[in-house]
Amino acid sequence: MTTETTHTSPSVEHVENHGMSNAGYIRIAAILAAITALEVSTVYVDFGPLFLPALLIMMVVKFIMVVSYFMHLKFDNKLFSFMFYAGLVLAVGVYAAFLATFKFFIQ
Amino acid sequence: MTDITAHGHASSTGISNVKLGMWTFLGSECLLFGGLISTYMLYRGRVTGGPRPSQIFDIPFTSVSSFVLLMSSLTMVLAVSAAHKSEDRKTNLWLTVTALLGATFVGGQVYEFTAFYNEGLGFSTSLFGSSFYTLTGFHGVHVTVGIIMLMSLVGIFKRSKVSGNKAEVVEMIGLYWHFVDIVWIIIFTLVYLIPV
Repeated sequence: MTTETTHTSPSVEHVENHGMSNAGYIRIAAILAAITALEVSTVYVDFGPLFLPALLIMMVVKFIMVVSYFMHLKFDNKLFSFMFYAGLVLAVGVYAAFLATFKFFIQ
Repeated sequence: MTDITAHGHASSTGISNVKLGMWTFLGSECLLFGGLISTYMLYRGRVTGGPRPSQIFDIPFTSVSSFVLLMSSLTMVLAVSAAHKSEDRKTNLWLTVTALLGATFVGGQVYEFTAFYNEGLGFSTSLFGSSFYTLTGFHGVHVTVGIIMLMSLVGIFKRSKVSGNKAEVVEMIGLYWHFVDIVWIIIFTLVYLIPV
């Protein structure tokens, strides 16, 4: 049995597949630029004990925004998310264990 | 049961095999860069007489490079959007702009490497130098490969020799390009912004 899932209009297909307009992409890029500026400001402004957590949180937020919106993972089939995040989680787990064997986290 | 995907080819899962393959490849790339980043994190303090990271890093310059690469992700997604709307001229324009922004980033990296070398940080000067050049060099090679793919795509489109769905081809190269960008998001924070 063959199930036809193609769309008739390219513009309709675009919106349905990716869920964002060009203006939406520009808004995301502006937010990413603002977060980058905030990241750079941590070099010049004393954030105290919040310095490291703030930097890591901003890094993760930027990562998730690019993956979700620019790479369309938020709007795409969940199998793609699984394939990518499986690799990512495996990498973080393996290398966190690797660094732990070198006592990296207690230096 | 065989479904025809949104991109028009048959697949037992109803989703594009090409896209699934690309996401699997990107998942495996996480392991490659994870290894390189971990090695750098481990060795970044081992300077053995060579310059320390804080002595050579030029944060304002690298921040501008990072901004350029981030904006290339915007132009790439606009190229994908135009390709889905079958706007060939806009697709070629945004692909070319993306390649130019990528070339600017790579040019900045070449300048940075040259400056670091002149300040005494060679590849074998210290473990910090080796792991830094290996990590950022691997990333630079990925950006360069992306630029070659983008310019090849523009050339192929202009000759109208592309087989299959144009939008899917642009989208696959777009996924690769955005991946290169997210790797730099991590490198910029862990390598440049967090002091040793």
